[in-house]
Amino acid sequence: MTVLDLSARPITIAILAMGGEGGGVLADWIVDLGQTGGYIAQATSVPGVAQRTGATIYYVELFPKAAAAKAGRDPVLALMPMPGDVDVIIASELMEAGRAVQRGFVTPDRTTLIASTHRVYSMTERIALTDGRVDEAGLLEGCRAAAKRLIAFDMAALAEATGSVISAVLFGVLAGSGALPFGRAAFEAAIRRGGVGVKASLAAFAAGFEAAESGTPAVRQPPQGSGALPPPTLDGRDAAAGASDLEIFPDSAREVIRLGVERTTDYQDASYARLYLDRLRPFAQRAEDGRLLAEVARQLALGMAYEDTIRVAELKIRPSRFQRVRDEVRLSEGQVLEVAEFMHPRIEEIADTLPKRWGEWLLGTTWARRLVERFAKRGRVVRTTTILGFLQLYAVAALKPLRPGSLRFAREQAFLQSWLDAVRRTAASDYALAVEVAACRNLVKGYGETHERGRARFNTLIAMLPQMAAFPNAAEVMRELRKAAVADDSGLALDDAIARLSPLPKAAE
Amino acid sequence: MAERSFKEEVKTLRLGEGEVFRGEGILAVTKALLQSGVSYVAGYQGAPISHLVDVLADANDILEELGIRFESSASEATATATLAASVNYPLRGAVTFKGPVGVNVASDALANLASGGVKGGALIIVGEDYGEGSSIMQERSHAFAMKSQVWLLDPRPNLPTIVRMVEKGFELSEASNTPVMLELRIRACHVYGSFTTKANARPAFTLKDALERPMRDANRIALPPMTYAHEKEKIEGRWPAAVKFVAENALNEFFDGDADDIGIVLQGGMYNGVVRALERLGLADSFGNTRVPLYVLNVTYPLIDAEFARFCAGKRALLVVEEGQPEFIEQAVNTILRRADIQTRIEGKGLLPMAGEYTGGVVRDGIRRFIEKHRPDLVAGEPENELDKARLARAASTVAPNIHGRPPSFCTGCPERPIFAAMKLVERELGPHHVSCDIGCHLFSILPPFNIGNTTMGYGLGGAGAAALNASATKRAIAVLGDGGFWHNGLVSSIGNAVFNKSDNVHIIVDNGYSAATGGQDLLSSQAQNGIRSTRNSIEKAVRGVGVKWVRTLTRTYDVARMRDTLKEALTTPEKGPKVIVAQSECMLNKQRRERPIAAKAIKDGKRVVRDRFGVDHDTCTGDHSCIRLSGCPSLTVAPNPDPLRAEPVTKVINSCVGCGLCGEVAHAAVLCPSFYRASIVNNPNAWDRLKARLRNAVIGALQRRLEPA
Repeated sequence: MTVLDLSARPITIAILAMGGEGGGVLADWIVDLGQTGGYIAQATSVPGVAQRTGATIYYVELFPKAAAAKAGRDPVLALMPMPGDVDVIIASELMEAGRAVQRGFVTPDRTTLIASTHRVYSMTERIALTDGRVDEAGLLEGCRAAAKRLIAFDMAALAEATGSVISAVLFGVLAGSGALPFGRAAFEAAIRRGGVGVKASLAAFAAGFEAAESGTPAVRQPPQGSGALPPPTLDGRDAAAGASDLEIFPDSAREVIRLGVERTTDYQDASYARLYLDRLRPFAQRAEDGRLLAEVARQLALGMAYEDTIRVAELKIRPSRFQRVRDEVRLSEGQVLEVAEFMHPRIEEIADTLPKRWGEWLLGTTWARRLVERFAKRGRVVRTTTILGFLQLYAVAALKPLRPGSLRFAREQAFLQSWLDAVRRTAASDYALAVEVAACRNLVKGYGETHERGRARFNTLIAMLPQMAAFPNAAEVMRELRKAAVADDSGLALDDAIARLSPLPKAAE
Repeated sequence: MAERSFKEEVKTLRLGEGEVFRGEGILAVTKALLQSGVSYVAGYQGAPISHLVDVLADANDILEELGIRFESSASEATATATLAASVNYPLRGAVTFKGPVGVNVASDALANLASGGVKGGALIIVGEDYGEGSSIMQERSHAFAMKSQVWLLDPRPNLPTIVRMVEKGFELSEASNTPVMLELRIRACHVYGSFTTKANARPAFTLKDALERPMRDANRIALPPMTYAHEKEKIEGRWPAAVKFVAENALNEFFDGDADDIGIVLQGGMYNGVVRALERLGLADSFGNTRVPLYVLNVTYPLIDAEFARFCAGKRALLVVEEGQPEFIEQAVNTILRRADIQTRIEGKGLLPMAGEYTGGVVRDGIRRFIEKHRPDLVAGEPENELDKARLARAASTVAPNIHGRPPSFCTGCPERPIFAAMKLVERELGPHHVSCDIGCHLFSILPPFNIGNTTMGYGLGGAGAAALNASATKRAIAVLGDGGFWHNGLVSSIGNAVFNKSDNVHIIVDNGYSAATGGQDLLSSQAQNGIRSTRNSIEKAVRGVGVKWVRTLTRTYDVARMRDTLKEALTTPEKGPKVIVAQSECMLNKQRRERPIAAKAIKDGKRVVRDRFGVDHDTCTGDHSCIRLSGCPSLTVAPNPDPLRAEPVTKVINSCVGCGLCGEVAHAAVLCPSFYRASIVNNPNAWDRLKARLRNAVIGALQRRLEPA
């Protein structure tokens, strides 16, 4: 019988990364680590086009030299990972970790899964007209279910904090995990021998090592928008609502309403915020679970603080905005920053800002229209950090007191009033549907064509309200239509969804 | 300058007798060529052998020392025709390209070369781009070996075997007067390993000798009546000689095992996967000791009848592990055994899938089925952990809906992206057009977010693919070519063809200065000064040279409005004949690679350096993401909305932004939102910068305080 030598097996390590993330460097470090640490190392990859931001796998096998010497021959090492045969998976991003699970590489009997939980959003997630992001909790849950051991936290943030790249942090976590039979010094020596960016890499490595060793919580809290509230933007000059104004509203909606008051005050003034509260009051009586009130409060605040040229100019010139840009581009001591805005106000936006009658005149007068259109044909670059550029925006922002008389203001208020009326009418017969109608206002947002497209789809949905009574699950139907309305640019998905609605169910008869 | 530099690695090419080489498969092949005494090498880049071409370019000094000529061929056909130097002279030559698309292009030269046969060893190194990460249609180069009767080597994927096959390949070629193809799978090209080197050999007969003392033999020229003789020669002379050489030199390998009433025959390239599968099934160990006998075909064409007869003696069943289809080897084995009246049952594509890559799991499952069927007693009965299985099933179903494909795409700041953004804008005005695509990075246009393109017919064939679509209609077809494809084949097959046939179509030639998709090699029109090649030859001149009258060269693709207007003009002008737009801007990947270290050094040295990047103001961004749908740039992504009143994520520009300017241009051209800003960061500002900044800050600060008193 053929005698099999079962004394040793290779250690198998797969790295799932995206092109340009340093997966190759990480693989090189592991090879070097193995080779100098008494192992035969073999690494393979599939570069080529996958380098261009696509997902790719680097695969390393380490085999003890001593065992090979004893056997008197070289091991036969595999060139790609086999499901059920991977000891360590290193995923440079959360969806890639999920992909490793999906492909069966992560198994409960052997796999240590090292995954950074930060997200590099896929094209599908990024191009959605609304929120196209996948469920991160689901990805993490799958990783935890499949792995023998999971070490997962935001390693990109750690890399950022140490001024290095994620591959160095991953290498540190690998060392700290104890999944490989080498000491910390051996790992660090491999980085030194690599010779590129050694100091920063070592710092990132140390951070990763310590995080893994100290058992950093496997799950980081995803930074949701509804987390910490921003500090109040008001200084008390024109506080619209005292605590007593808010008290008439149920607890569940009070926070949103407070934000709404703040937003509308910031947008215009205290009396505008009072208008906001007045408009909400009728909904306070029909509280039920408070869902409708909260949704109306949220949508109304956003609707009343619509984006016009005055608002944009004001937001662009705020000191807080200047600071934010400085932080975002990581301006350091001694550097000078210049900021330029890319704006393209069309004749419509210009007319919108004018007093109502002037605006209507401009849009309706051919020669004036042509003249302004010529001026508005090309986009403008406004250099906000220059005095002249700043003054341009400052002048536009200074029109704020005149806003209530503008063409756009009149149109927006009429629109909001008709939307509120529709919500109230619907609430009388179908509370759940009314919540959906309230949410529909969110279709109307953005600028230019995006705004017009949203308005048209909003109108389509509102026009369907009379038909909705025929559906026993009208709220659900409306929710599906609302989703379809933001499924594509062309509107085909909405047309399709509407076409599929008929014939109406006859259950009511 | 290529994307990856091998300047350090190529030093290992100087290793002498008995030293140990450590490195990648590609580099080992180069070393093997030098050890074999080649006189010339040539190639056309493409995954997975791009790096072989890059290694040769970086090793040009070493090659020159040894008197070796290295050509960056214009195409795979050129590379193969280069082997003509080995027809009359005892010169060893090697060429390399990607298979099977390269073999497709090469096949004309290959047929002519194979017909007359060679005197000096002629080796064609084909990088197989099959399976995961492949960028091309899934076919086999094997068919071309059979068609032209050139021999096909498929070595076990370890460096000693690969090196030996290169060396033996030359000998086989000379012993049988036939070109030899060496097939390397993608992972074998990049496998890291070691082997014991030999000294490099200088060719005894040189190119100079050939030029100064030319020889000819009319019998070697592919023209009737010689071609009739060539066919007979192949069958009666060269084939038997090859079979004899392969058998005598034991190029194929046999591994014995005690379960000798069954056996597995496999392509050499499959060896490591098969051994690992057997090991997982408890039938082999990590050193390749196996209970099931293996017959490893390092030569997959021709097959050696006598070796099959010997291996099958006393065997009830044989499994053929052959990746790809059709199953040429399995069919041939059936013929061999029937002719020899051997009754061994042949299994193959019945137990393994007919199509698709033979990954570890696929091979393991196929071999398990074979063992279960023919030697069930050997099945170790791997204990299946039901609990684990349930866990895995749950895990897989939890992650599945949250995983998207992540295909390759245009890089950050890619100059090709604005071309397609402009096409999207033209689409809005003039409606959709038929778009014929080509090979190259620009083909990523077919994917989201652009979704532009109907077909791709091959390298340089973008224009040709739209040739029939020339009728009296209200719209014109658009063809896209890259500079790589243009010089490879496009000048004649697409542009020349359009001129000659009086086509009215629009051709966009994307000129990014490199053969970018294959790793940034230089081309005829590259802007870089290249010491060993002639660059800076104009595409526009070439296009005018073949008779195009309407040509527009845009030197900044990022100018989306201009690109849009030029394209509109091309689509609507009454002028007859093909319309050609040369869209020029340097490949950003290569530009950054070149300029980033220079800028970093300048900053370190205290020089004034301005770096631009873009940003988005989240409080004016409404989360519609139109801007991303017109760009898709990796640096333009989404982030959780900091506004507690809003749920949809906002657009965000991350710090990898290179400030190409597209975001601003698109925001203007498509009238998007006013959220984009350009931040110019002045490093080491001079006195004037600082004075300006102080003045501005004073005035702006005062105004801001009026706006928002502290």
